Amino acid sequence: MSAKHEPNAQQIKDEKLYLQMGMTDEEFALAEEMLGRLPNYTETGLFSALWSEHCSYKSSKPVLRKFPTDGERVLQGPGEGAGIVDIGDNQAVVFKMESHNSPSAIEPFIGAATGAGGVLRDVFSMGARPVALVNSLRFGDLTDARDRYLFEEAVAGIASYGNKIGIPTIAGEVQFDNCYSKRPLVNAMAVGLLNHEDIQKGVASGVGNIVMYAGATTGRDGIHGATMSSSEVTVEEEAELPVMQAGDPFLEKLVMEACLELVKSDALIGIQDMGAAGLTSSAAEMASKAGYGVELNLDLVPQREEGMTAYEMMLSESQERMLIVVKQGREQEVTDLFAKHGIEAVAIGKVTDDKMLRLLHKGEVVAEVLADALAEDAPVYHKKSEEPAYFKEFQAMEKTEPAVNDLTETLKDLLQRPTIASKEWVYNQFDTQARSNTVVAPGASAGVIRVDGTNKGLAMTSDCNSRFVYLDPETGGKIAVAEAARNLVCSGAEPIAITDCLNFGSADKPEVFWQLEKSAEGISEACRKLNAPVISGNVSLSNEVNGVPVYPTPTIGMVGLVHDLSQTVTTEFKQAGDVIYVIGEAAMEFGGSELQQMTEGKIFGQVPVIDLNVEATRQKQLLSAIQEGLVQSATDLSEGGFAVALCEKAFGAQGLGAGVTVSGSEVTALFSETQSRFLVTVKEEHAQAFEAAVTDAVKIGTVTDSDRLVINGDNGTLIDGSVEEFRTAWKGAIQCLLNSEA
Amino acid sequence: MTKVNVYVTLRESVVDPQGIATKEALQTLGFNEVENVRIGKVIELELNGSASDIDAHVKEMCDKLLINKVIEDYRYEIGEVAGK
Amino acid sequence: MKFAILTFPGSGSDIDMYHAVKEVLGAEAEYVQHIETDFAGYDAILIPSGASYGDYLRPGALAQSSPAIEGLKAFAATGKPVLGVGNGFHILAETGLLPGAFLRNKGMKFRAGSAKLTVHNTDSKFTADYENGQEVTIPFAHEYGNYYIDEATVAELKANNRIVFTYADENVDGSTEAIAGVLNEQGNVLGMMPLPERAVEEIIGGTDGLPLFNSILKRWSENNVSQA
Repeated sequence: MSAKHEPNAQQIKDEKLYLQMGMTDEEFALAEEMLGRLPNYTETGLFSALWSEHCSYKSSKPVLRKFPTDGERVLQGPGEGAGIVDIGDNQAVVFKMESHNSPSAIEPFIGAATGAGGVLRDVFSMGARPVALVNSLRFGDLTDARDRYLFEEAVAGIASYGNKIGIPTIAGEVQFDNCYSKRPLVNAMAVGLLNHEDIQKGVASGVGNIVMYAGATTGRDGIHGATMSSSEVTVEEEAELPVMQAGDPFLEKLVMEACLELVKSDALIGIQDMGAAGLTSSAAEMASKAGYGVELNLDLVPQREEGMTAYEMMLSESQERMLIVVKQGREQEVTDLFAKHGIEAVAIGKVTDDKMLRLLHKGEVVAEVLADALAEDAPVYHKKSEEPAYFKEFQAMEKTEPAVNDLTETLKDLLQRPTIASKEWVYNQFDTQARSNTVVAPGASAGVIRVDGTNKGLAMTSDCNSRFVYLDPETGGKIAVAEAARNLVCSGAEPIAITDCLNFGSADKPEVFWQLEKSAEGISEACRKLNAPVISGNVSLSNEVNGVPVYPTPTIGMVGLVHDLSQTVTTEFKQAGDVIYVIGEAAMEFGGSELQQMTEGKIFGQVPVIDLNVEATRQKQLLSAIQEGLVQSATDLSEGGFAVALCEKAFGAQGLGAGVTVSGSEVTALFSETQSRFLVTVKEEHAQAFEAAVTDAVKIGTVTDSDRLVINGDNGTLIDGSVEEFRTAWKGAIQCLLNSEA
Repeated sequence: MTKVNVYVTLRESVVDPQGIATKEALQTLGFNEVENVRIGKVIELELNGSASDIDAHVKEMCDKLLINKVIEDYRYEIGEVAGK
Repeated sequence: MKFAILTFPGSGSDIDMYHAVKEVLGAEAEYVQHIETDFAGYDAILIPSGASYGDYLRPGALAQSSPAIEGLKAFAATGKPVLGVGNGFHILAETGLLPGAFLRNKGMKFRAGSAKLTVHNTDSKFTADYENGQEVTIPFAHEYGNYYIDEATVAELKANNRIVFTYADENVDGSTEAIAGVLNEQGNVLGMMPLPERAVEEIIGGTDGLPLFNSILKRWSENNVSQA
């Protein structure tokens, strides 16, 4: 559409054209009031994009305010491209998780790839060199052809971007459940490192300073992506969708290297990624945060298509673009710096003192809006919250134990559930060793990388059992944080902070908003108790298929510090004769468990109880024992419970098995998903010291040099099977599901 | 303005796993008449007319960069397009 | 001995190579950009992995347009060692310094992991520190690692003992004759898809890549002592 054919301000109001852009009647009225006149077409576009949930968090802000965001290590909390946490020695870790759910539902390869690209830009725009990627994925259970396609393509897309840009993917998780059928969740997390003096912010300050545009040209791709992310997308709508923005990891690598050189220059004032809502959000946010204005001449924006309107340029979500503010008179220097890396950087505007975002196009002022009106003063809603009927029902249910006939067969079946099965099929496609700092690659509790030039390590993981969150959002939120922390502790790391991706259904549904509120409360409490503040995050609402929301999925991305890499611990058995300990007793807790889903075909009832004091104590004691060198291997008990965890410890080792004895009800002892539990092996000579250090540890058996996994109960042998047989089932399950024809 | 389309395919002797996978997928969808699939690529060149011998130049471009003769074959078509 | 690490736009694993040679082996090493043309000041050229030029057109193909390629050819002609790993091997094959070309992996997907390799020729500049027939474990990470050469070339390579590494238990990418690394005719240019620079420290990927770099260093110091 050329500018000439754009509807005028009165038409937009009379014909309610703003509705198509995702604005409500009230929001349009508010925009009119803020402007003191009717917004024109371009201005309506600016408001609609920046007031979308994706950019403004208008529905989730009241919930997000509950999160603890302070801590002695926190250098930058939420509000910038990514959060920053001190790790000593003048170094800091920078990280952020982001969703790319809607694009991935439509074009999974491109959608997932650009998700990784975007979150990497968030990290390097803070001045940090990205050193690792983590992902968190949710798909339907692979029985449907479309879900298999989405899964295969999304994984390939993430791999393609990360591998080509040369940043290792070192951890992640995949959960399969039919609530995600045709509406996958694709969350990508990037982790970077910087020295304190290199920290940058997205600010446009200092009147007369120059606003520069660097990176890819602007096209018509991705227009209104931010608004799209904030509404439900179904596959049937595919044909009507705007052109998807494609990613170019090669270009991003060049942009990244140039930006990392630029952050060392004192010419730089501020830098921000042109992410969702592209030029609009970066310009308005940079001005608003700094308390200044920005004037842009859109004629100067590098364009890849002819005849683009102001509206199209401002709302394009073309990838690999950065907005930069530099000191007046230093533009040429910056242009030259980018040119050296093969990237175009041009001045497109300046910083002003009138707090306005003013856009010039072909000699005319085409938009003039207070930057704060778009960013800081976006509307905030206190959505209606209502406890859903199902919650009371589930809470009232008696705890029961699923009926199981053959324990060994049940274990084998559990090992083949895609959520439990080996994720080799996924991570074999990732270059996990790029940059030669990967100490623990995917397949362990957490990924660990060496902090270059030091003996320190960073451990990272992503976790969220959304079944628990659905059944009981508050408890589920606590469990998500606790599980992430457990995974770090089991690697020998001290948890230091989290990022999150809150993937929910439509917040207009009171029961969904209730899920959001309750889970945020649970997350907040666990973060406080485990001393891991929230430093960045992202909200993705309207994850629904045909009006049915996905399970509430507040994914937790957590980073921990390994103080000395020699203290790193992994999951697998190390040697025969080592003593096996379990920390924490099993209780009959199957609500939301993998066994319940498998045997009953649905989840219901009360989720496992979590006592955060117990959790914190056990984590602290175990971490100390690991740091003292008392522990050979460690893993937490999660989906599938004790028996699955024991198997995983044998799978990673070659030629080792185990003989253990458990007590109490068989099914509970083997498969319950009781929280705050760990399986640990310890050298015999350290057994006494370990028992003294970890008060809840109970000795249950030893690592053997046979291929057998033998679990005895109160009344004889419960499971006696070949490790190799279990391993084969576990390893091949996902490939097997992908090969099936539906 | 001259437009040249260069069609690149894998040489007959080279196994094309992408083609085989696609053939099998088509057959699964019921297109049993599909005997063989070879997947290649098209490279579109727009030339400004300064070269005197287009054929020679296109061949040289293919030899020097566009084609890897160890695994690929090519053919090309030359057409006129309206100048901008 | 001074190593040049030749980088192209998009090279990602240049840092791995630098780390291995400079920080682990303690040798002299410098990054050299693709715009340089003269390598006279160096004793060996290492071409790292990554996706140079985004792997566009064909992996390694667009690097041919770089000014460095003529200098690289001239350097190789002097007999000094040139090692290309991963995408560096692609570049060497595309320039014609090594035979063959690359197809997408037989599994059609990018694949990474640790490959078991068999060492076949221990007379080369690159492998003197290995045992003949030794099995080593070296990381790999590639999408286009399916090395293709015709039968005549296979025969020629075999006759001249130019196949240095083959995949031992699993041919991870479907390469002809499970070839993982080959030499040029003069024996001073080695291309391999696995990445020995990622196997030089126990804590990261094992140490099976160390002998390769040590072989280069040792051969160089022998020659330079005898010449002195």
